[in-house]
Amino acid sequence: MTAKLWRTPLDAADIEVTRGVVHIVEERCKGCGYCIAFCPREVLELGAHYNAKGYHPPIAKRMEACVNCHYCEIICPDFAIFSVAAQS
Amino acid sequence: MKPAVWTGDHFFTGDIACAEGALAAGCRFFAGYPITPATEIAEHMATRLPEVGGTYIQMEDEIASMAAILGASCAGVKSMTATSGPGFSLMMENLGLGICTETPCVVVNVQRAGPSTGLPTLGAQADMMQARWGSHGHYEIIALAPASPQELFHLTITAFNLSETYRLPVLVMADEVVGHLSERVVIPPAAAVKTRERVPASGRRDRYKPFQRGACGVAPMAAAGAGYAVHVSGLTHDERGYPDMSAAGQEKMMTWLTEKIRANRDKIIQTESYRLDDAEIAIVSYGISARSSLAAVDEARAAGIRAGLLRLVTVWPFPEELIRDLAGRVRALVTVELNLGQIHLEVERCARGQAPAILVGHAGGAVIPPEEIVARLSAVSRT
Amino acid sequence: MKAQPADHPLNGLLRTERIPHIWCPGCGIGTAFSACLTALLNSGMDLTKTAMVSGIGCSGRAAGYVKLDSYHTTHGRAIPFATGMKLAKPELNLVVFSGDGDLFAIGGNHFIHGARRNVDLTVVCVNNFNYGMTGGQAAATTPTYAKTTTTPLGNPDTPFNLPLLAYAAGATFVARWTILHNRDLTRCLEEALAHRGFSFVEVLAPCPTGYGRRNREKPLDALHLYQEHAVIRNGASPIEVELDPKRAITLGTFVQIQRATCIDMYDKVCRPAVAL
Repeated sequence: MTAKLWRTPLDAADIEVTRGVVHIVEERCKGCGYCIAFCPREVLELGAHYNAKGYHPPIAKRMEACVNCHYCEIICPDFAIFSVAAQS
Repeated sequence: MKPAVWTGDHFFTGDIACAEGALAAGCRFFAGYPITPATEIAEHMATRLPEVGGTYIQMEDEIASMAAILGASCAGVKSMTATSGPGFSLMMENLGLGICTETPCVVVNVQRAGPSTGLPTLGAQADMMQARWGSHGHYEIIALAPASPQELFHLTITAFNLSETYRLPVLVMADEVVGHLSERVVIPPAAAVKTRERVPASGRRDRYKPFQRGACGVAPMAAAGAGYAVHVSGLTHDERGYPDMSAAGQEKMMTWLTEKIRANRDKIIQTESYRLDDAEIAIVSYGISARSSLAAVDEARAAGIRAGLLRLVTVWPFPEELIRDLAGRVRALVTVELNLGQIHLEVERCARGQAPAILVGHAGGAVIPPEEIVARLSAVSRT
Repeated sequence: MKAQPADHPLNGLLRTERIPHIWCPGCGIGTAFSACLTALLNSGMDLTKTAMVSGIGCSGRAAGYVKLDSYHTTHGRAIPFATGMKLAKPELNLVVFSGDGDLFAIGGNHFIHGARRNVDLTVVCVNNFNYGMTGGQAAATTPTYAKTTTTPLGNPDTPFNLPLLAYAAGATFVARWTILHNRDLTRCLEEALAHRGFSFVEVLAPCPTGYGRRNREKPLDALHLYQEHAVIRNGASPIEVELDPKRAITLGTFVQIQRATCIDMYDKVCRPAVAL
């Protein structure tokens, strides 16, 4: 999916969109859903599985869409998710 | 900078002597709040501390004062506060924090008569039980009772040394009379003042545990900024300082906090005996009342009554064995104190019925005159 | 694309053996704490000379999770404890991290005096509008009419305007953000850490278990309220700062002024010989 833009920026061709990989530290997750709700690229969704504490950690349903913005990492209250630059 | 030890022959009050004792002991931080009759200690510290590179701060209340000296102590600086009854009540909360976190510091209480605002300018010795267990929870404490300005100087140093040795707040339980009494105070040369310095943390940072007791005593204490990333909490904690919310954890911590004092009672407790060897009646007293008692012993002896005095220099921990032994060889124990029976109850408990325990005390506001004690001694000797 | 084995970037500042922490699912304290740790990492300060002091309550538990010298003190007393520490050892950087109940009810007097003296502390207050640890009772920050366990019919009292209080008392850096405005919050905390003097950052955060449950506010609802009603007004007069989660929430850095700190003044007035 490409971002919907009102108009194409003039330097769109020169901009290299960063790519990221999300890491989920499942045992720390409490399933609040903040990362899912506020991911600007809708990368995450609630997993169906449980962690040891009985919460549903998120899963990355569209990892390829991640732009490594780190918002999931900084909104997470539980130090349970972070992103790193993807190795191309 | 000026010398921290004011070596020489002086004539000043107990409050000033107390402040000078603190400086001689190495105290470099004082946080306080004005209160009669302890204000002069703060005033003197406000002048003297900056002269010796230390810091004085007047806090917004005694709660904050007590918190500030604990913070300063955790930063590695010997610290003290001084107050009287109402302020002592406010300090009880953070006194408990100091006990729980094993933070050395000295709290001086120049006692006045209470309860509440009571008699601000007149003395009493009625906070002795508050000194024992005024903060919530079960704990051991060290409390000293100076009987003269000279002794206030020395015992303040002792208080600092004990607090560093056993890692806890130590109480100096003075009273208004001793605090405001002007007498000769001799301050020895700096080299003759024995001070106990804190054992700093050493060794590998990842292995250091701030509350891991060695075989020989308390844990070395890492100051803030020493690079040990310590965690210190008023919650029940383990040797790492981490909360342990269990009955077993509580038992373990409390055993340590009480045993470090109980096991060292003999090293901590100081008393003085006067004409006690052949005494039939033993006076037990402390602080200003011990001075009246001293005169009373001589007057009673002159009247043919074999009296003697046991002066408690350390009130807490209480010299239980000493009182028990004494009770076994005298006809009566007479406790002289400026309250309606506090240490008296301890004496009675430790006497275990071997000898009657009698109180000579009143509600505070005036020193107990020797004649009043002698009158009671002669009444007892006639029975 | 292969996932690299990696650690959470804040692990180095966490006592990881104590994570997961005690905060409830959706509680905002962890996010505020995380922003604070990121700001500490970005600050360039010597972290071995940095101590965190907390009071009591949910936010007060932060000191137990940070791998710095950390002091979990008594209820409301973090500021005077930190004041003693700073004055005794001025080279230390002190961060006070605590909650609204701790800092502004039981500790309110200490707060205003710390601000008055301009003690060089960074005070981070997680404001979740109630006492979380004890189960959701009314605080000095609970909005009027809000329900808590001790205001079952609604809160009859008026809450503090914390930035105004801080400014009036003499704080030289005053800001407010929410956990949602995380990048602004983190940058603001970096500025607060770099600021010489008493800096105060209020962080709005949801308390789903205590406050949210009784005020029909799920964690995500709270964040959406922040999103909808936040108005960023840097430099706004603290007297005009609003906090009505249903209407307007003023965010920003409101005060940033220079004034001699407590230690500056002590050196100047009381020990000029030492200061030279």
